Amino acid sequence: MSEQPGRVLVLAGGLSHERDVSLRSGRRVSDALRAADFEVQQRDFDVDLVPELQSDPPACVVPLLHGEDGEDGALQEVLALLGIPHVGSPAAACRLAFDKAVAKSLVASAGPSTPDALALPAETFRELGAASMMDALVSQLGLPLVVKPTRGGSALGVHVVHRREDLPSAMVGCFSYGPIALVERFIRGTEVAVTVVEDDSGAHALPVVEIRPDGGVYDYSARYTAGATEFVVPAQLSDAASDACAAAAVAAHRMLGLRDLSRSDLIVADDGSVWFIEVNVSPGMTETSLVPLAVEAAGTTLSAVCGDLVRRAIDRKR
Amino acid sequence: MPSGDSPSHPGPSAIPAGRQTRLDTYVDRYAARTKGMSASEIRALFAVASRPEVVSLAGGMPNISGLPLDVVGAALHELVLDRGTTAMQYGPGQGDPTLREQICEVMRPEGVMAHPDDVVVTVGSQQAVDLVTRVFCDPGDVVLCEAPSYVGALGVFRAYQCEVVHVEMDDDGLVPEALRQAIAVTRSAGKTIKYLYTIPNFHNPAGVTLATERRAEILDICIESDLLILEDNPYGLLGFQTDPHRALRADEADRVVYLGSFSKTFAPGFRVGWALAPHAVREKLVLAQESATLCPPVFSQLAVSTYLATHDWQGQIKQFQETYRERRDAMLEALADHMPAGATWTRPGGGFYVWLTLPEGLDAKAMLPRAVTERVAYVPGTAFYADGFGSRCMRLSYCHPTPERIREGVRRLAAVIQAELELRETFGAALPREVRGYEAPNPDLS
Repeated sequence: MSEQPGRVLVLAGGLSHERDVSLRSGRRVSDALRAADFEVQQRDFDVDLVPELQSDPPACVVPLLHGEDGEDGALQEVLALLGIPHVGSPAAACRLAFDKAVAKSLVASAGPSTPDALALPAETFRELGAASMMDALVSQLGLPLVVKPTRGGSALGVHVVHRREDLPSAMVGCFSYGPIALVERFIRGTEVAVTVVEDDSGAHALPVVEIRPDGGVYDYSARYTAGATEFVVPAQLSDAASDACAAAAVAAHRMLGLRDLSRSDLIVADDGSVWFIEVNVSPGMTETSLVPLAVEAAGTTLSAVCGDLVRRAIDRKR
Repeated sequence: MPSGDSPSHPGPSAIPAGRQTRLDTYVDRYAARTKGMSASEIRALFAVASRPEVVSLAGGMPNISGLPLDVVGAALHELVLDRGTTAMQYGPGQGDPTLREQICEVMRPEGVMAHPDDVVVTVGSQQAVDLVTRVFCDPGDVVLCEAPSYVGALGVFRAYQCEVVHVEMDDDGLVPEALRQAIAVTRSAGKTIKYLYTIPNFHNPAGVTLATERRAEILDICIESDLLILEDNPYGLLGFQTDPHRALRADEADRVVYLGSFSKTFAPGFRVGWALAPHAVREKLVLAQESATLCPPVFSQLAVSTYLATHDWQGQIKQFQETYRERRDAMLEALADHMPAGATWTRPGGGFYVWLTLPEGLDAKAMLPRAVTERVAYVPGTAFYADGFGSRCMRLSYCHPTPERIREGVRRLAAVIQAELELRETFGAALPREVRGYEAPNPDLS
């Protein structure tokens, strides 16, 4: 085995609503890198981080902070400022991808379809009258519809609204997680996730993972309770639908300028059409997460993939 | 072959066969009692509460920074040197005899006259709740609890598949007439009530204390109804103004199983509590304890015993009382200064907790993400009900943060409530339907 390039710092935890998920992702990736003979340190995201990075810079940082701490581009900006290589997308791409509304419009401009949606802050409802605004949303998008924070992950604050009278409560629940709500047309179909990994030859889609939550909704509990969701890898889709999913994920990855690794969430509608929902620049790596499943289905290991990404990040600086 | 990880059924020819997995090989094998043990958003949010940036008014951790660590350290050192081979060996399933004698002394200020033979040492009083429930309850049996009740006990009752029937409380604790009604209604429905679980002093989470004049009435009702009482009393010695309240067990030895703990009066890390039970019950508790743990941790028992024998533990409790009284005052003053109209809260005479009721229309659980974003945490009221109620309420603890942090936390919380009020007003949102959930906080928050 070739000599490893020095200490790898896995950042996990943070102060976002997804702290717990992040800690679990960090632990799994740390273990995977250690299995590949890397020297790994895992630490939290706090006020001592920057002084430590300055006084004792690692060979590479692997950001596994989910939510704003790690996915809105700020951390990547800081790492670039300090000249420390990191796995994953650059700051500008993170900013675009982390805002679901921005990502949807940019990805749609590259070809993939995405459900109609509007992104609205709470103030707009207050100033223009919430009742008439909600009536207009229902009229425009139909029912059911999906309400979610524009920024955030793990399905936190996401509500599927089937009745007009449930919309106010869903809006309030969503705004508790963030200041802007994305209200999106609901697409009935099969939920899938596509991991995109880069190597020297470019960006490649891994096998499509199909998600079948027991309760019908892939919410926080369905995501992080082992056994609560059935996954099928590769997804039971027609070749054409699988290819379309892979193409949409790669298109999203390229359009947004993402790097190294991303996971796109899509829905294959009952009529076979493929809809882009969102993309994650720091996807979950927990025991119940989708990326490790796709990696395994691709015939490789998390150790191999993470190790390659670390080496690529370090090589970029050379 | 477990179905958690298996090949899929063959599909149409154009559709490739996928590998199906639930990422849990044992998914079909769990006991029915694990139903509902799942990840929840609320538990995830509590993960942030441990960070120093967050003022956590959620945790129930005693403030043990006031303990004389040098004294404790010296005592432990001596324990290892002088009695190490005993302290690190198995011991009696009922617990160390000397400690059981000392426990009887600890209960005496509350009027409890007990014999050490009737004491069973447990791994915190939490294990005592578990053992009593194991001994008494079959699936479907009813346990009567105050509304709200201690989240850790509700978890035990759920694990043994008991049905919890909540009984109304007011500022004077359990309402006798409500207890009468609950017994009558439950029995007329053909259900079996196994016991009343009650926290008479400085209630967790409600912060109220059962009024002296009600104690006899509650006992009378239970005697008339032939009902056992499980009296959970971890905070009884932590009153701020008065001598300890007289325990229910002090006046009714045959009908009360009394639970005590050193977690609040000394330190929770030792995990030493106890049950004082009528002799027949005690026999079964000892057998249940032996099957659960063989014996409670001997090292911890001897450490607590040494502490009680060599240190002014009553003086230490007075210091704890003073610390918690100062923090209670800080919280009540801050609430009076900052809370919006429509919010109400209890005024505890001891213990760790204030129970806050939000202005009408607000939902403490739905509001928690906003609170965490603003760096303040609490436990939503629904955690303290087995039936999904309590959404308008929250538990605030003042035991661990300093008075300054408490004031800052309440200030942040008031801003969160104000923002939520404005949002609710904008949307005219009705409260979400109350549904039964499993959203107990982590152990250090219980």
